[in-house]
Amino acid sequence: MSSWPSNPKYISGSVKRVDAPAKVTGRARYASDIQAPGWLYGMILRSKWPSAKILSVNLDKALKVPGIKAAVAVRDAPFNVRFYGEEIAAVAGTSKQACLDALRAIEVKADVSKDFVVHESDAIKEDSPRVWEDSANAGAPRAHNKGDAESAFSECAAVIEGFYTTPVLIHNPMETHGSTVSWTDEGVTSWASTQGISSVQDGLAGALQLDRSRVRVLTDFMGGGFGSKFGPGAEGVLAARLSQQAKAPVRLMLTRFDQNLAVGNRPSSFQKIKMGATSDGKLHAFQIENYGTAGIGAGGDSGGGGGGANIPSPYLYKVPNYRVSQTSVAVNAGSSRAFRAPGHPPASYGMECAMDDLAVKLGMDPLEFRLLNDSSEIRQREYKTGAEKFGWKEKYQKPGSSPGVIKTGIGCAGAAWPGGRGASYTTGEAQINPDGSVEFRLGVQDIGTGTKTVIAVVAAEMLGLTPEQITVKVGDTNFPPGPGSGGSTTCPSVSPVVYDICANALQQLQAKSGLPDARGDNWFPACKKLGVTPLKVSGQWQEGLASGPAYGVQFAEVDVDTETGLVTAKKIVAVHDCGLIIDRLTLASTINGGVIMGMGYALYEERVMDSLSGVVLNPNFETYKVSGISDMPDIEVVLINMPERGVVGIGEPATVPTAGAIANAVANAIGVRVYSLPITPAKVLAALGKVPAPVPS
Amino acid sequence: MKKPEEEKFGIVSRREFIKGLGVTAISTVAAQTAAVAQELEKANAEKVIGPGAVPVTLSVNGQNLQLQLEPRVTLLDALRNYSSLTGAKEGCDRAACGACTVLMDGRPIYSCQKLAIEAQGHQITTVEGLAANGNLSPVQQAFIDKDALQCGYCTPGFIMSVTALLQKNPRPTLAETKHACSGNLCRCGTQPHILQAVFQAAGVSMADKTEVIKHV
Ligand code: FES
Ligand code: FES
Repeated sequence: MSSWPSNPKYISGSVKRVDAPAKVTGRARYASDIQAPGWLYGMILRSKWPSAKILSVNLDKALKVPGIKAAVAVRDAPFNVRFYGEEIAAVAGTSKQACLDALRAIEVKADVSKDFVVHESDAIKEDSPRVWEDSANAGAPRAHNKGDAESAFSECAAVIEGFYTTPVLIHNPMETHGSTVSWTDEGVTSWASTQGISSVQDGLAGALQLDRSRVRVLTDFMGGGFGSKFGPGAEGVLAARLSQQAKAPVRLMLTRFDQNLAVGNRPSSFQKIKMGATSDGKLHAFQIENYGTAGIGAGGDSGGGGGGANIPSPYLYKVPNYRVSQTSVAVNAGSSRAFRAPGHPPASYGMECAMDDLAVKLGMDPLEFRLLNDSSEIRQREYKTGAEKFGWKEKYQKPGSSPGVIKTGIGCAGAAWPGGRGASYTTGEAQINPDGSVEFRLGVQDIGTGTKTVIAVVAAEMLGLTPEQITVKVGDTNFPPGPGSGGSTTCPSVSPVVYDICANALQQLQAKSGLPDARGDNWFPACKKLGVTPLKVSGQWQEGLASGPAYGVQFAEVDVDTETGLVTAKKIVAVHDCGLIIDRLTLASTINGGVIMGMGYALYEERVMDSLSGVVLNPNFETYKVSGISDMPDIEVVLINMPERGVVGIGEPATVPTAGAIANAVANAIGVRVYSLPITPAKVLAALGKVPAPVPS
Repeated sequence: MKKPEEEKFGIVSRREFIKGLGVTAISTVAAQTAAVAQELEKANAEKVIGPGAVPVTLSVNGQNLQLQLEPRVTLLDALRNYSSLTGAKEGCDRAACGACTVLMDGRPIYSCQKLAIEAQGHQITTVEGLAANGNLSPVQQAFIDKDALQCGYCTPGFIMSVTALLQKNPRPTLAETKHACSGNLCRCGTQPHILQAVFQAAGVSMADKTEVIKHV
């Protein structure tokens, strides 16, 4: 079995992101920046009805708008649309303005007499309108049990019950979904904003009925995805069809509005939890009834872990007796997709809140209570390390005992991420030139997590070169294939492959050059011996260089203004492990990003639906609030380096525990629980009994 | 106080436009709106711009861009879609994200909220214009050093906001920095590193917030 070098020079150091210069100068070309010769704009007409039968789509007038070169309906009418924002037709033309005019000129006849339902609490009722004609909105509950929860509760010294809820979240990457597609006789080229060039290739080949070899997908740079950008999406397929009709490349990027309606979300959760512990503080009985909505269903574009509404439960802790029952409820809203650590943030939130509530009831310190019940040695270590950095002992006060109007509270929560081990089918190659230059090519993509940098760091380490001497090419389906970037798998997928390429390269160079070791100072002389023929080397994923799962814990300190209800996150200490650290700098960025996204989940973010009209009420950044720079707490990142575990992915676990930790800090500050995310001022004031409870949306 | 600059509205200044309309509008307070509309039409007929494409000259990064644009085309679209300057990004197209931030006469603006015809006669600087002769600006270098970017889609916008801030205020406080960047969103969560980068660019050192512990 292979193993990583023991005294690395670059690995585990702070190497600057290799593509940062391109990004800070505007030189980096994102999918939305592609200007293929003769390109046209594409735009989509969407349903303004939450449920309707489309009887006809007439594109004649749209095609007459000056500048319009193509118009297509998504399929032949009649067809049904099941949510506000579902695709109906698309146009392509020489300007954005022409497309806007053309969308207005499309004539759609629809039967809009169908009833609809947009809230899961309504949809779950027997007499609710059905989203799908031939099946009930709520699927049969999925149950799994252990021991005898019923009688175990009677053996507990303390039992709590709570109804913990989390909203639907929208991914909202800064670059919206979309691509430029060119369909010619040679085949299809898609410059896509995607997390999975291979899955876009598969998706386009399938939808357009082409051989896979005739579809090429390119993603040099892309502006974030968080789980929502795996397949080509309806927009990618429409762009291809428009391109075929117009005989020109079509750039079809979604608007921010479109993005909020139709390309994925994190399902909601409504967790009715009952949990009990014995007098020695050991968890003894657990029961959960949970439902949530994945919109009209879990989307086909969910790579990297699915987007269903079920959550892992009981989360993190081993409880001898439990009963779990979960249901996914369909509503007339866009499909869910994988969203950074699918299932885990809501699971962590519900369980960790229940843990704190039970600790309070037992009269225990919530951290002590966790240490008593968490069987993970790594998390135990992380709790202890983090508690010291955070000053848990000094800061902890009984719930609600913080004096004054602005109350301070602290909380903590844990994470688990079962993935992170990497995809063993990942491959790659390198071309080594006689002048000593070397280019690595892997069919993966860098979604902002630093994949290109990881490749350069590992290659530099193994070859005895500097990271600047390594050229890295990713984001092209003509390269040896790798996995989509989801589930924290990219880093543990590519690192072992690069390791193997390098090992093979050194072996072959040694044979060709006769030099005993082609690394470092010998690199250039060895390459020179290649004469005029570059050396092409490939590599495979290797056992022993990557592993999983990942753990992680976070601590939060908040201020709660009991007059306004405003919660301010002041400090987060995030303690994480990811096996062997490859690059400290990009790793810290990923963890910060996870924490900040988790903070948005805790305090700000929520898709709001209107039950009367069925529309999304906040499909933009003014009303769908993501964390801004003024909301930033002081974030301290503590990394536990465990080279012996190999590389472990970290993208998901970093965002899992934040919401639970913040929610617990709020409860600790004010002495009462706010049972629902996001923890808005109105909910805080209601929990304090100062205003009536807000009407649930 | 300095008299505010006449705001140019394409080739017709806003004041001229209102002047042409104003006399009539005031003297016919009680008259039918039709009369006003007629007058408006007359004013427009004289100096109508569009709706078809009109010649537009933009001064971007010290160079003149000659474009043919419909008057409804924004500065952002003019840059991204009618020239190869795709550094400024579109995140929302409605003044909510800051990805499109450029400098107009040194001040940061949302280029998605400016019509290209309005930007004529002003000095526009985009992220492509910061690295003079290939030398990165201190702000750009600091963003690289502190890893103040992930996917990088918001980065040009942040860099422009920070550049404008430091030009006006070379030693900003944390609060001033947050204020100057509060019109820029980043979904990847790079804000802590952006704050560190601003301080580096301002010549102030800030403690590293990351610590690595060996597992024993
Ligand atoms: S694109 Fe201009 S502010 Fe978002
Ligand atoms: S780095 Fe991705 S949005 Fe800011």
